[in-house]
Amino acid sequence: MNTLGLLIPISLFLGAVGLAAFWWLLRKGQFDDPDGDAHRILRDDYDDRPKGP
Amino acid sequence: MVATFEHPTIAVCPGCTAAPAERALAGDRGAKDARLMLSVPTIHCAGCISTVERALNAVPGVHTAQVNLTLKRATIDALPGVTAAQLVQTLKDVGFEAHELDATILAATQTDATGRDLLMRLAVAGFAMMNVMLLSVAVWSGADDATRDMMHWISAAIALPAVVFTGRPFYVNAWSALRVGRLNMDVPITLAITLAVATSLYETMHSGEHAYFDAAISLTFFLLAGRYLDHRTRASARSAAQELAALEVPHALLVTTTGTRPVAIAELAMGDRVLVQPGARIPVDGQILIGSSEIDRSLMTGESLPAFAGPGDGVCAGEVNLTGPLRVAVTAAGADTSLRQIADLVAIAESGRSRYTSLADKAAKLYAPGVHILSALAFIGWYLATWDLRISLNIAAAVLIITCPCALGLAVPAVTTAASGRLFRKGLLIKDATAMERLAEIDTVVFDKTGTLTMGAPVPIDLDALTPDAARIALGLAGASAHPLAKALSDALTARMVTPAPLDGITELPGYGVQALWQGQTVRLGRAAWLGAETPDETATFLQIGRQPVTSLRFTDNLRPGAASTVAALKARGLEVIVLSGDTQKAVERFAKEIDIDDFQAEASPAAKIARIAALSAAGRKVLMVGDGLNDTGALAAAHVSLSPASALDAARVASDMVLLGTSLAPVSDAIHTAIRARARIQENFTIATLYNIIAIPIAVAGLATPLAAALAMSASSITVSLNALRVR
Repeated sequence: MNTLGLLIPISLFLGAVGLAAFWWLLRKGQFDDPDGDAHRILRDDYDDRPKGP
Repeated sequence: MVATFEHPTIAVCPGCTAAPAERALAGDRGAKDARLMLSVPTIHCAGCISTVERALNAVPGVHTAQVNLTLKRATIDALPGVTAAQLVQTLKDVGFEAHELDATILAATQTDATGRDLLMRLAVAGFAMMNVMLLSVAVWSGADDATRDMMHWISAAIALPAVVFTGRPFYVNAWSALRVGRLNMDVPITLAITLAVATSLYETMHSGEHAYFDAAISLTFFLLAGRYLDHRTRASARSAAQELAALEVPHALLVTTTGTRPVAIAELAMGDRVLVQPGARIPVDGQILIGSSEIDRSLMTGESLPAFAGPGDGVCAGEVNLTGPLRVAVTAAGADTSLRQIADLVAIAESGRSRYTSLADKAAKLYAPGVHILSALAFIGWYLATWDLRISLNIAAAVLIITCPCALGLAVPAVTTAASGRLFRKGLLIKDATAMERLAEIDTVVFDKTGTLTMGAPVPIDLDALTPDAARIALGLAGASAHPLAKALSDALTARMVTPAPLDGITELPGYGVQALWQGQTVRLGRAAWLGAETPDETATFLQIGRQPVTSLRFTDNLRPGAASTVAALKARGLEVIVLSGDTQKAVERFAKEIDIDDFQAEASPAAKIARIAALSAAGRKVLMVGDGLNDTGALAAAHVSLSPASALDAARVASDMVLLGTSLAPVSDAIHTAIRARARIQENFTIATLYNIIAIPIAVAGLATPLAAALAMSASSITVSLNALRVR
């Protein structure tokens, strides 16, 4: 019973963290171009230095 | 097509687009960046992304260019002087086809508030569902007494707020339907959720054995998933309708005593005089006062030959002035123009089109009353048998939950999402949500000729017959004119590495041709009548060097890539293929022979096209109309389902259900194949949902449905339906 009292809040908390992370990513537009992101890692344009500001 | 229209901050003069970079350098340094959007239908890999972004970033004035591969779109932040037309040309130079998009309209759809809202609710529902499921598993695996009650209470604490928040779209829809005395799919959903939560709460308070919190929240989750997919299809359909920028002439150059000034077309009155520059679209119906030119009527009538027009001749709004400046007296503006009359034809044709009931609506019509009656009967039956309100309410709730349209709610959207995604990758935009279902039913395909089956651009065919001198002279003369035939000729000759002959005193006689001096002889390139040649029945221009006999240079309108194979594929599929064209009998006859179509009709007016489609429909045919011109818009609206290429006039694209993004026609036959498969999948999904109900309903009515059984059945059917939908991809 004691373990349950600990585990249930922990599981709820972890779930809520995931939910918050999803919400943040959604707002940041991380899911706007899934196809493009999959292809972008394959190109070598910015291999030597990061894309400038 | 779209490319000729400038960014709204620039003046309307077509000549101004030529020097946008100068303007960008001249001022506007501190001005805010303008956002431009281009549709780039042919990008598909990492290499394409790099090429496009690099080319766009190299344009002076461009700050950032970002490609979105999923939407096949490029977003560019640039100084206000940079025009979309310029960027389209830049991409064309590196080998990518591009079209301008209306950024302001897209901005509205991009911050798609409803979509984000649904996605957020979906995420919350998913979170709540997983947690409640976790607790429910404990109950199902044997927790009892105090532990079970505690699990139920925690479940209630999570599920209650979650259900209230996430189910809102359903409650709102159900309420608005009920208020006007109708039933929709959301009414049984709302009832099921409410009843499930209410009885579960009652059971929990009284230490009952069964609570349906998990069922209530997973029901919401699956239905929201379906709703979200459905929304995405609709939203992309809506934005597709607005996506391609408007091709209209909002301004005309009014001739005043002091010169000309641009005015809105709406302000023009009868008798006003307007100036129409070469290359511009004629804004009004009118009569030519001064100037002669050639007029391109292809988008209005389908005629492929430009027509000569001089003082006294009438011109119609929507036609393109090719060679000389024209001064036109307005005889009709705004609502009276032939352009608007065609729009009226479209409105009439649209009202005649029978309203299509989608498969989902048909299912909902059968389903919604059925579920209520069943659940009410179960309640009454059990109440009469046991006189126990608690048991009978529990059973009524179980029936509602079990029958609730998880599978039904996912059956259609999952399939349409998969299928329209597939078609988008092939370069076809679906504008109307039910277009795919209608496309699956067609048995006849009607094509327009000019601009649809052909490219609508002339290509010279007699170049091999020219002597090297003649070729050099032809290039020198053609290079001096903006006439489409001259441009086509000069492009083709330049591509053959011909260098232009040095010519003196080049003059263009608008409407006739170009003449100059070459080694003391007069050389002329132009119309047959001007050079004294016999007027041909096909597109041609003529070259005369000194006193030598006139040489004819014939032009052909190239077939659109994939046109012949598409027609062959459609025929192989058993569909009847018809060509309806506004072009001359001879031109259409020769063309039909070339592409192997037996059924054709030439010199068809817009009304004649509509009449033919209406006759076919009356004979029980389901017609797919493919067209691009203003003369096709009525036919597009009248057909069962319609399609237009991206190069089509705005009005035609608005009237059609689907837009072909690339140049090739090849996706058409693939689209029909996909649509048929998608419809088959939808019907299979309905069958799966029905089968599942046939098994589950008796169990629920008999009172044997436990929360575990309900959860298993619901998940199993939803997953089966989604997996089946994925087979379309």
